[in-house]
Amino acid sequence: MDFTFTDDELAFKEAISRFLMTEAAPEALREIWETDSGRSPELRAKMAEQGLTALSVPEHAGGLGLNDVAWSLMTQELGYYGIPDSMADTAYVAAGLLAALSSAAQNGTAQNSTAQNSIAQTDELLGGIAGGELRLALQHPVNPLVADAHLADFILLMEGVNPAGNTDISQAALHCVPRRDVDISLHPSIDSSRRLSQVSWQPKPETLLCRGDEAAALMEETLQRGALSVAGQLLGLAQRMLDLSVDYVAQRKQFGRAIGSFQAVKHHLADVAAKIEFARPVLYRAAWALAHQQPESGLYVSQARLACDDAAQLAAHHGIQVHGAMGYTWEVDLQMFMKRSWSLASSWGDRAFHQQRINTALFAHDASLDYGPADTFGSAPEREVNNA
Amino acid sequence: MELIYTPKQQAFRTEVRQWLAQHLPAEPLQSYDTREGFEQHRAWERQLFDARLSMVMWPTELGGRGCDLIEWLIFEEEYYAAGAPMRVNQNGQLLLGPTLMEFGTEAQKNRFLPAMASSEQMWAQAWSEPNAGSDMAAISSKAVRDGDDYVINGQKTWSTRAIFADWCFGLFRSDPQSSRHHGLSYLMVPLDAPGVTIRPIKALNGKEAFAEIFFDNVRVPQENCIGEEGQGWKVAMATAGFERGLLLRSPARFQKTARDLVQLYLANQASADRDPAIASRVAKVWSDAQAYALSAYYTVGRLSRGEKIGAESSINKIIWSELDLAMHQLAMEILGPQGELTQTQNSHWLEGFLFAQAGPIYAGANEIQRNIIAERMLGLPKS
Repeated sequence: MDFTFTDDELAFKEAISRFLMTEAAPEALREIWETDSGRSPELRAKMAEQGLTALSVPEHAGGLGLNDVAWSLMTQELGYYGIPDSMADTAYVAAGLLAALSSAAQNGTAQNSTAQNSIAQTDELLGGIAGGELRLALQHPVNPLVADAHLADFILLMEGVNPAGNTDISQAALHCVPRRDVDISLHPSIDSSRRLSQVSWQPKPETLLCRGDEAAALMEETLQRGALSVAGQLLGLAQRMLDLSVDYVAQRKQFGRAIGSFQAVKHHLADVAAKIEFARPVLYRAAWALAHQQPESGLYVSQARLACDDAAQLAAHHGIQVHGAMGYTWEVDLQMFMKRSWSLASSWGDRAFHQQRINTALFAHDASLDYGPADTFGSAPEREVNNA
Repeated sequence: MELIYTPKQQAFRTEVRQWLAQHLPAEPLQSYDTREGFEQHRAWERQLFDARLSMVMWPTELGGRGCDLIEWLIFEEEYYAAGAPMRVNQNGQLLLGPTLMEFGTEAQKNRFLPAMASSEQMWAQAWSEPNAGSDMAAISSKAVRDGDDYVINGQKTWSTRAIFADWCFGLFRSDPQSSRHHGLSYLMVPLDAPGVTIRPIKALNGKEAFAEIFFDNVRVPQENCIGEEGQGWKVAMATAGFERGLLLRSPARFQKTARDLVQLYLANQASADRDPAIASRVAKVWSDAQAYALSAYYTVGRLSRGEKIGAESSINKIIWSELDLAMHQLAMEILGPQGELTQTQNSHWLEGFLFAQAGPIYAGANEIQRNIIAERMLGLPKS
């Protein structure tokens, strides 16, 4: 039992944080918001130079081969600095999907001949991600609109998916389609850093990655990574909104003194701090469980997703309250992080979706309910001995 | 990061699980807020002590078995999962005990800790006074030095189980010229000493759960002072940290309640589902109880990295007290018209509901905890 990060993981996080602090200050983000693409190729290239794009690409494909645990730290930094780029979609979520496909093909467990033939292509894509040259966007039934499809080189799309949901993904097929072969139409979001598109396309045999159970399992794992990525970003956003609010109330004076000395204001911000502290280990446990393919990882991811969302929504709610009317303006930076937290709140599964997953795990009649004390970390292999 | 238990940790878990399975009392013990129940609990504590399972983290020479924090968490998980009796001597074992370990002399440790581990000596707190509750620095009970003794006069209140306990510990003003948190001394006082009068106070459930203690020229020797004379505030703050933090409110206790609540919901689903939000609220508190446990393990990891835990113990206090309240409130809603009954198989939920009302008040009111978080963790200006 070791609930700590390695020195390497912490040092990497520190380095990324210092880098983003200077390269992604709020003024710079506002400029990027105003551009047509909403994205800065320069910022993206610099993030790639820092190694972010290579983080979870397998070593054989030119990456660093780190897992979800490392991303539970990185996504917090992406959230904290409000990075206007769905970097994590490419470098974490899509890379994770392609890495799983590549490893299935290498182990000979891939069920689909196309996937086995496409190992070279998959590794080429992974290499492109690691080097920072490629952007990938992903479609999933829980996300009716695709983020960053407008700039993606490739889009991972599901054949047989109803974008309105209610899709039986066991019947679906997974394709990797060049953007030139799809039609997209942009849908503006309240969050100026979001770029969401409706994507129309026609499946072709040469773009097929896999289908059936294999595709369904991959899309489930992809959903977990997407939800964890959002959870980490929401937690980072919560911390940023708390920090901005603390700075503001320490300076803003009313009735002759800083409003941060008023108990009512203090209590708002103390509650946000408490929510953040208690969401953090939930996020880390979910990331570890996913990285180690624990059977309960879906439950843990949904718990992390809701706990981090709770923290972010409270940080936004109390943040705007203690900012007073200034919090309702475009001028103060709080709005940038508040809007991001609202838009992410229903991305990769909204609250109801994740709540339902938890309820099902707990209340299904055939569920073997043993989620009490003594089962804090779920069924790791070693537990079996003990349960005998 | 490696979130699975080592074989050694698993072996310890198995040992605790088996011992509990063999030794748990066949019938639930009576409430320790009654004389008879109190003595039943004392006997149970003695059994735990004989198996060296009373204070697993204490050194062996003081009656423990030298476990680390992870093993302690494992012990607690097994203890609560088994439905074992509540610990009656927590004030001594979990508050005074760690305080003595840190600030006590060797003589004090040897004299008090083994007897505390076995519950041969039961302890009550003597912190609060009628005019010093959350504002503990307003303490006015006096301990005047007279040769090698202190002579104590004054009144303490809200002292849990003081009518049954053998000793109390608390802060007394030893420098009559001092004010606020200066000039206080941390003293241990036998409750059968001449001049001590104890008057019980009935709690919401009608039981004499706590008491007032009156001191009329009570003499205690100087060797009953923990830390230096006049430095009691510093020692007391450490005790308060233990109280709000992990040790007293082990997460396993809340996980057990959460799991029981899930089962209560499933058993009463038909009626509970009149309000469809109940299911999600049950799932939410169950998740929160798990989050509390994870945070305990994570805190242990931080401690092992050499980090210090400060105002976070105030966060803990808010989390467990509000979680306890939320869980029992839900139980009452699930039970509906059955909830108010005091003599049914579900009345432990009502008992828990009543007890949970006190959580946000004792160990420092939650308003005070939020001030501590805001000032010491977030650096906001003092009022």
